[in-house]
Amino acid sequence: MTPGEAGLSALFAALAFLCLAGTAMALDTAFAFHMMLGCFASLWALFAILDRYYDRPAALPPREINGRPNYNMAPVKFSAVMSVFWGIAGFAVGLIIACQLAWPALNFDLPWTSFGRLRPLHTSAVIFAFGGNVLIATSFYVVQKTCRARLAGDLAPWFVVLGYNFFILIAGTGYLLGVTQSKEYAEPEWYADLWLTVVWVTYLLVFLMTLVRRKEPHIYVANWFYLAFIVTIAVLHLGNNPALPVSVLGSKSYIAWGGVQDAMFQWWYGHNAVGFFLTAGFLAIMYYFIPKRAERPVYSYRLSIIHFWAIIFLYIWAGPHHLHYTALPDWAQTLGMTFSIMLWMPSWGGMINGLMTLSGAWDKLRTDPVLRMLVVSVAFYGMATFEGPLMSIKVVNSLSHYTDWTIGHVHSGALGWVGFVSFGALYCLVPWLWDRKGLYSLKLVNWHFWIATIGIVLYISAMWVSGILQGLMWRAYTSLGFLEYSFIETVEAMHPFYIIRALGGALFLIGALIMAYNLWMTVQVGEADEATAAPIPVALQPAE
Amino acid sequence: MSFWTRHQVFEKNSIILIVGILAVIAVGGLVEITPLFYLKSTIEAVDGIRPYTPLELAGRNIYVREGCYLCHSQMVRPLRDEVERYGHYSLAAESMYDHPFQWGSKRTGPDLARVGAKYSDEWHVAHLVDPRAIVPQSVMPGYPFLAQAAVDASTMAAHLRTSRAVGVPYSDDQIANAVADLKTQADPDNGDVDGLTKRYPKAVARNFDGKDGMPTEMDALVAYLQMLGTLVDFKLYNEKANLR
Repeated sequence: MTPGEAGLSALFAALAFLCLAGTAMALDTAFAFHMMLGCFASLWALFAILDRYYDRPAALPPREINGRPNYNMAPVKFSAVMSVFWGIAGFAVGLIIACQLAWPALNFDLPWTSFGRLRPLHTSAVIFAFGGNVLIATSFYVVQKTCRARLAGDLAPWFVVLGYNFFILIAGTGYLLGVTQSKEYAEPEWYADLWLTVVWVTYLLVFLMTLVRRKEPHIYVANWFYLAFIVTIAVLHLGNNPALPVSVLGSKSYIAWGGVQDAMFQWWYGHNAVGFFLTAGFLAIMYYFIPKRAERPVYSYRLSIIHFWAIIFLYIWAGPHHLHYTALPDWAQTLGMTFSIMLWMPSWGGMINGLMTLSGAWDKLRTDPVLRMLVVSVAFYGMATFEGPLMSIKVVNSLSHYTDWTIGHVHSGALGWVGFVSFGALYCLVPWLWDRKGLYSLKLVNWHFWIATIGIVLYISAMWVSGILQGLMWRAYTSLGFLEYSFIETVEAMHPFYIIRALGGALFLIGALIMAYNLWMTVQVGEADEATAAPIPVALQPAE
Repeated sequence: MSFWTRHQVFEKNSIILIVGILAVIAVGGLVEITPLFYLKSTIEAVDGIRPYTPLELAGRNIYVREGCYLCHSQMVRPLRDEVERYGHYSLAAESMYDHPFQWGSKRTGPDLARVGAKYSDEWHVAHLVDPRAIVPQSVMPGYPFLAQAAVDASTMAAHLRTSRAVGVPYSDDQIANAVADLKTQADPDNGDVDGLTKRYPKAVARNFDGKDGMPTEMDALVAYLQMLGTLVDFKLYNEKANLR
């Protein structure tokens, strides 16, 4: 037995026992339920490790076979499958809450179906479950391929992918049961945060050790972005989440920071969850998958250096633009606005680097809908990163803040950029991972592309109109100097746009379902790619 | 050696790259966050701010649990229309004991920073049970289940003690009387109201949900909503003294 197997077995045995004790002594039902899940998961992990130990050959898989790297793709496959599953779940919950805003009866007046509990489920499912699994899958794939090295660790990569998805399960069920610390995009309570910390540090170590073992002299640019994403998310998570539980046997905790400091920590975290999770991580995807799919080198190596350091330096400062005109001191708001505007430049530097990679291959946009999806995602990135600095200007923000304009802005980035670049990456990744010659159907990719694009356009234009309309109605005065509209009149005015938004969301979900079918059929009936499958023995690896 | 050649030190050494990333991302956060802990002008000096009563805190925890902050902000900005619609702009001091803060980021419903004492308890109860019975165009979910659930009073002392550990100045007296104060505030006929208002100035003790028996989650939430924004007397507040 390797030290890793022995250590993890002991750890999971101890965890199973602790969780069992936690289940028995829990002060609230949600905590008892989570401890029970933790107990089952630990026992399953213990069994899986022992089962593998008895079945596996005495020697662990070698790092190289005949001088070629022996890639470890099974955890990548798992994360890729989970990302499709969570994506559809997250889009579906988004559609439900969009419908709730149009037809409030759909809240059913039950605790676990009300908007306030489903909304964090939607945001976490799409950002952390869908996006997170895409990032883990692609980062583990890209780091191996560009370093020409097997993923570091034996059980560690599995610990990362399974542990991360277990975190998602705890977080998501917690929201439904009312377990939340109410910090947007950092809602999970203290015990889920602790677990995520362990998983994330393991993720960092696996990634870093694979980089250390690389056979290439240079670290490829995509890996800079992945590394910045992993490290910074760790820092943000630790900074935003220190909390003191009321009891170690209960779910409720009180956050260490209060009032204005808590607000600043939250949006330092919140904006950089956008900056590093949803931007740096997905820019890494752009830097690998677009050149690969277009069969062209990255447009400018020097631009990527400038763009990398500038974007990670500037992004961190932008948080206070979420707190314009609040009780946060003015100096912090002004700093946040200034850096947000400067951020426009490196953002567009990245966009230009991605788009211009197509130089000499623009014709492929006509014939390859996957490349078209990737390229349109970069165009949406450019649009969202122009709109963001615009909205961070205080006078614009005084109108846009608290309205649906923000929701529209987020979704032009989330659906257009993060969604499309992820779909493009999955369309590339699945045939590569399962050694298929190509996708089951490019025609279906085309359908996905157009249905989802129409969905996005409906979504964001509805939110622009409703957001600006509501912002203007709030500040409208009559000729006699009275406020013209009561608040509820501005709510009523939103109704038609909420229906259009729900329709846009439904189209986006339909697109994702088409993708799931296409990827499923690619794996099931796709033609095996013998050219790559034969010499590389990766396909012969036992499923670990 | 050109700049581009020098940059190779980051491209060829993963540890130097990770150290470089950490150094670069640390700057913005350090500059923007640390001064908030020592600059005195960050939080105004104002009379009237006190920690939440046990019932208000329990109500606040329900507010957090149900995700109210996702549709209701608690932050009136110093803009003409907001001040006229909601009242005096919010002060940093008014949320200094908020762990976590509830400023919010979206107004699907109106701001609640100064909703306290604007509507009657009966209005709040009826509105929370069925929002569209009171406001037909509302898109708010109904919360009838709050009226049925008893508020968990037994652990209140631990909640106050934990809050104190993260910086809310609850006194030993307040912690010792946590359970009694919670019950008194929702059922003033059977408790020591004078003791409650001595420990928590301006605390209002009423049967908020209008029902006899154990305090419900409805009592707690309405007690919290009814105190929001009422602690500072803005007739006496001198904003010139606290220019921010």
